[in-house]
Amino acid sequence: MTAAKTLPSWDVLTKHGVFPEANHDEVARLNFLTHLNVHLSASILPGVKTAFDTQVKPEFEKEHGREPESRHEVRNAMLKHPYFQTWSALRRNTMEMRQQAGRAQVLRQIENLVEKVDGYNQGAESLILDDSVQIPNNVGSVDIHCQPGCYYTEYFENDVTVAASYDLGLFVTTAGLLGTLSDGGGKAVGNWLQDNHPEFMPKRILDIGCTIGHNAVPLAQAFPDAEVIAVDVARPSLRYAHARAKSMGVNNITFIQANAETLSQFEDQSFDLITTAMFWHETSHSVMPNILKTINRLLKTDGLTLHLEQPQYHGMGVYEQFIRDWDTYFNNEPYWGPMHELDLKQSLNDAGFNGDDMFETGVVSSVDEKIFGKREAGDAGEDYGRAPVWNAFGLWKR
Amino acid sequence: MKMADINKLDLAGTKAKGQRPYFMNDKQTEQVMSITMALAMELSVTRERVSTLECLLEEKGILTREEVENYSPDKEEVARRSASTQEYLARILRILQQDKEQIDGSDPSVEDIQDILTKS
Ligand SMILES: C[S@@+](CC[C@H](N)C(=O)[O-])C[C@H]1O[C@@H](n2cnc3c(N)ncnc32)[C@H](O)[C@@H]1O
Repeated sequence: MTAAKTLPSWDVLTKHGVFPEANHDEVARLNFLTHLNVHLSASILPGVKTAFDTQVKPEFEKEHGREPESRHEVRNAMLKHPYFQTWSALRRNTMEMRQQAGRAQVLRQIENLVEKVDGYNQGAESLILDDSVQIPNNVGSVDIHCQPGCYYTEYFENDVTVAASYDLGLFVTTAGLLGTLSDGGGKAVGNWLQDNHPEFMPKRILDIGCTIGHNAVPLAQAFPDAEVIAVDVARPSLRYAHARAKSMGVNNITFIQANAETLSQFEDQSFDLITTAMFWHETSHSVMPNILKTINRLLKTDGLTLHLEQPQYHGMGVYEQFIRDWDTYFNNEPYWGPMHELDLKQSLNDAGFNGDDMFETGVVSSVDEKIFGKREAGDAGEDYGRAPVWNAFGLWKR
Repeated sequence: MKMADINKLDLAGTKAKGQRPYFMNDKQTEQVMSITMALAMELSVTRERVSTLECLLEEKGILTREEVENYSPDKEEVARRSASTQEYLARILRILQQDKEQIDGSDPSVEDIQDILTKS
């Protein structure tokens, strides 16, 4: 038997100026949930695959005289299998427990948090909220990933509950892979640019759907002389994002409440770099084309647009598609599936880009030593295997 | 709404908007699982707290972990623990005790009793 691999404790996270405090039992709860998530995916989920291979698939073939051809066929068959039922029930329940734990922790100190956030935001010109912005139906139809109140609900004036709970909980589903500031994706984009395009020095950067700025902040840090604009529709998230960035000494981001489908306040060709992170799967068949058109309008010639997003389903086996699709049906991510079967080249063409310019790549963030410890002395080369890799697509506008 | 008016307990546990899928054939079974997992978490939290106490007691030189591991309760403590464990089990498994007590179906139904009570 191999010794259990130690998972990092939630407590290693960097306590920026508006990060919620945690008492002894709250840390223990978040650590339990982190371990439970890892257990469900490392120890239980393989049984789901075995159930498919040895029972569900053969039975399907017997009944239909062919293999299942789509993730939907796999899902409908698997939904009847008790092991998949139990794994799914546990997974769904773990998501809900994480939400409750995070919200309870935030709410017990919400007075204090709101005061701290206000302290950073008071009179700042770099936070622009706009009451007239409506919540679009891709954000408002369901509470995305079972997060009660989604990104935008305010329970009282100046509330940041949903944002603070989102911040403290990302660790629980990723077991520290995002780093001590949950900003690994943005850092990876910075690394990728430095390694592959060291001459590219964007002066104006736009981050769309920034939520609490996890991935806008590392970009602003990578390009300290750039002006970064981060937009979102969700007020509590923007409020928290702005205070978070300020508390970290990051002053070159302006957070703006706006629907990215139009952004008429910005001139054509006014940005060198336009990014999103884990964004498109939460849009819709109308919002995504609108925003892609906006990006095309706002991006300078020779500018770059780059998007961190899970890989498309094309070319994947139906079982893998079905597992990746779990969130679509069971974790309130209704657009996840439809988005991942789009032909992105076509989407970019439709937005006026030349789709053939599109590239796909993996961007890599470094292993956070504060979480995972130093590399063993004498280890050669890169941290392959340990370093998280994010799938990305993008294009240079010609 | 004012900050002072929110019910924190309700709000912490509130439902996410969107239909909640149930996976098991029986919704109540899944709810029991959900309750059990919450208890499992609280137990884990409690164990961690005990472990913290042991660490602190050891650090302060009040006792060592070996003393905890090798602690051998005296007769009275053995009796107290046994009683407490039995009570604990009885609490947790109450539903099975009660089901057993009427497993022959000897309990009259409400209708049976109403018959008795409404007979003039
Ligand atoms: C999954 S989150 C993105 C996470 C974030 N980029 C990060 O790096 O952590 C999606 C965000 O997009 C925002 N959003 C969705 N549709 C939008 C729209 N039409 N305009 C602006 N923001 C939008 C949501 O409010 C939400 O905060």
